[in-house]
Amino acid sequence: MTDQYHETYMTDALGPLPCCPGCGHERILKDLDSALTKMQIDPRKLVIVTDIGCIGLADRYFKANSFHGLHGRSLTYATGLKLANPELTVVVLMGDGGCGIGGAHLLSAARRNLDITLIIANNFNYGMTGGQHSVTTPIGGLTPTTPGGNVERAIDICAIGAGAGATWAYRGISYDKDLDERIIEGIKHPGFSILDIWELCTAYYMPRNEYNKKELYKLIETSGLNSGLIVQSERGEFGAMYRESAGNLPPAKDISALEPVFGHKLKEQTGVVIAGSAGEKIRSAASLFSRAGIMSNLHATQKDDYPITVMTGHSVSEINLSPVTIEYTAIDSPDYFVIVSEDGLKKTAALVASLGSTTHLIVDEGLQIPDTAATIERLPLVRSAKKAGQFTIGLIALGALIERSEIYPTEALRESVRRHQKPGIVETNLRAIDLGSELAAD
Amino acid sequence: MPLEFIEGNEAIARGAVRAGCGFFAGYPITPASTLLQYMLDLMPRNDGTAIQAEDEIASIGFCIGASMAGRKAMTATSGPGISLYSENIGLAIIGETPLVIVNVQRQGPATGSATKGAEGDIQFTRWITSGGMPIIALSPANVAEAYELTVRAFNLAEQYRIPVFLLTNKEIGLTQETVDLDSVRLPEIINRTRASASEAYKPHQFGSIEQVPVISDFGGEHVTQFTTSTHDQNGYLTSDPEIAQNMIDHYIAKIEAATDEIALYREDMQEGAELLFISYGITSRSASVAVKQLRDEGFGVSSLVIQSLFPVPETAIKAAMKGIRKTIVPEMNMGQYKLEIERLAPDGMSVIGVNKMDTTLLSPSEIIARGGCRD
Ligand SMILES: Cc1ncc(C[n+]2csc(CCOP(=O)(O)OP(=O)(O)O)c2C)c(N)n1
Ligand code: SF4
Ligand SMILES: [Mg+2]
Repeated sequence: MTDQYHETYMTDALGPLPCCPGCGHERILKDLDSALTKMQIDPRKLVIVTDIGCIGLADRYFKANSFHGLHGRSLTYATGLKLANPELTVVVLMGDGGCGIGGAHLLSAARRNLDITLIIANNFNYGMTGGQHSVTTPIGGLTPTTPGGNVERAIDICAIGAGAGATWAYRGISYDKDLDERIIEGIKHPGFSILDIWELCTAYYMPRNEYNKKELYKLIETSGLNSGLIVQSERGEFGAMYRESAGNLPPAKDISALEPVFGHKLKEQTGVVIAGSAGEKIRSAASLFSRAGIMSNLHATQKDDYPITVMTGHSVSEINLSPVTIEYTAIDSPDYFVIVSEDGLKKTAALVASLGSTTHLIVDEGLQIPDTAATIERLPLVRSAKKAGQFTIGLIALGALIERSEIYPTEALRESVRRHQKPGIVETNLRAIDLGSELAAD
Repeated sequence: MPLEFIEGNEAIARGAVRAGCGFFAGYPITPASTLLQYMLDLMPRNDGTAIQAEDEIASIGFCIGASMAGRKAMTATSGPGISLYSENIGLAIIGETPLVIVNVQRQGPATGSATKGAEGDIQFTRWITSGGMPIIALSPANVAEAYELTVRAFNLAEQYRIPVFLLTNKEIGLTQETVDLDSVRLPEIINRTRASASEAYKPHQFGSIEQVPVISDFGGEHVTQFTTSTHDQNGYLTSDPEIAQNMIDHYIAKIEAATDEIALYREDMQEGAELLFISYGITSRSASVAVKQLRDEGFGVSSLVIQSLFPVPETAIKAAMKGIRKTIVPEMNMGQYKLEIERLAPDGMSVIGVNKMDTTLLSPSEIIARGGCRD
């Protein structure tokens, strides 16, 4: 054995470990020390992450980096540390309490299989807070919070880890002679490894339950749970797989820069609302329309409103175009309002009813609209869309709007389509704009 | 000078890359989900790591770990997620962790209106964790500013070893606007000051209490400590009342002493004005339309738009209120930042809040009318 770094990885600079006499934590920590001493890991590349609880006092007694975090969350810091610096050896010390409150992280760490070693100091109760029951308290176990004996089933940490995909899991007790060797195996395992180590809380669980070292050996038999090495398998390590998949990503899409090459006729901020149904590509048509505005030297804003269940119901886009910077982005009284289908009308009916005479309202000929002071233009939008093809109704309507309003040249909208749409649908889109222009010109 | 049409969330993601962000973790939530998506796309292509965590507690936990290992880290969420961050924000404060936290605010409380905007988390951000220590919070008003303030948030996090909040709103996060990011003036990029390899290192070492300790990353040149518990400058647990108080004083002083340096605001003062608008975020844009309209009508009006909400830029606020008869504070909440203005208001000046949380923007006319601006 070399002692390149330390003859022992535990420091006595802070005095003895703050454990009660006979506490199982002390045995586990000595075995961890023995394992680290045999391994001689560069202490600068080694992090002992601890959870909360008596076991959480341990990290700083090691001559290594120590990270003491929140109750149940130690695996999350370990994950961040390891992802940020794959060179680190990360060992997490957690109590049975941490396994309960941090159960989601235990499952995720097992699924993820990042190279972290989790040592659970499992003493069947919350030592630090006075011996209350935990997720591993055996049935019948007496604790201050189970005065009539525990009736909640204890969890099998290794089985849960295995079920979630842990690639290495061991169960033993703090008296195991070769625990340090098992810890070494766990640390060396290239993935997430769990050591569920059963032990005595001499202050609480042991005296209350007339429990001792012998009982501990017996419990592992009577519990019906497996012990020893329970899982050992191989699966890609998360960090390595992440880095590999990142390296294989296609290059990022180019930024779609907009050149202001067209002119416009706007003197002031102008609000346009288009309302339709999910699946009609309303947002996409609105975006092409907004971008065409920018290509015509205008400022633009766009907001889209649709139900959380995106494939059904309304789709409403609000667009502002303005020759100067746009401050207020809501449209209380739209200058142009386009309604292509029933869903859009339903969503905006109250607004339609409140419109003033300054709004130009373009609606499909088939829609029954509420009384409104707006100037109404009825167009055969649905019929035209049947001709032009699926997903064209938005652009037909906006094509008509641009022809009618002359906010900017129709060519800007056409160019926007050429610039921004996938090649396969450009022709259909341009045809839709033309149809819209013709409707408005008629 | 490429013009683009992008939403605030994308601008923040691009600002993060620009600032040198190397780690992002988040959990999907409207209206912050697209930011998670942009970071998942951008990070791996920019030598970084981005990951969807199992929940918000894990998101911020991953980020704290990654930051302490030397990566500039960011996470993003909205109301329900910010609530889950609370305990870990305390951890980042006590551990002096550089961290950027984006809150794309939505109307609450609780699940509230997931797809609607609000500014309901202002005072929650200030008092976000048990113990009540200061944080830094910036609030952009538009997409370009979201980009700029993201870079500034990273700088401040690194400089002061503290979580820095970017308080945006669905109304910025998910609204596309015309921007030219190249024309946005950005500050120099600041990186944390790292401890010299040849010197002994204490993770929380300061001389005078406002001094920000230098940092040594986990896995770097020193063996280092990080702890959630009350500790001394070595990072060792302590129960010494004097040391405990000294550390608390330090968390407060390092931010308070830098208040003027951190202060970011835009002033638009009018000589002799008796009416003042103090606003921030998306609502400041309605306020600026109101200001222009009132001036056109012949009223004297001044305006202060605050970008650094916390620490409260008191010097600027007090200066702006000189000679003012009435200050209007419009907010998409029921009167939160108004509390800060009220405590700084000179005797005799009235502070009028124009507030709502009906999920819609405050309009300029609403602000003028309800603020009694023509009275
Ligand atoms: C969020 C939170 N809830 C509760 C506590 C209080 N607490 C401190 S230690 C502990 C239980 C620790 O038990 P365990 O993890 O089994 O460790 P042990 O003390 O047995 O070593 C609890 C509940 C806390 N620190 N944080
Ligand atoms: S209370 Fe129990 S777990 Fe804690 S130190 Fe004492 S014996 Fe160990
Ligand atoms: Mg325990």
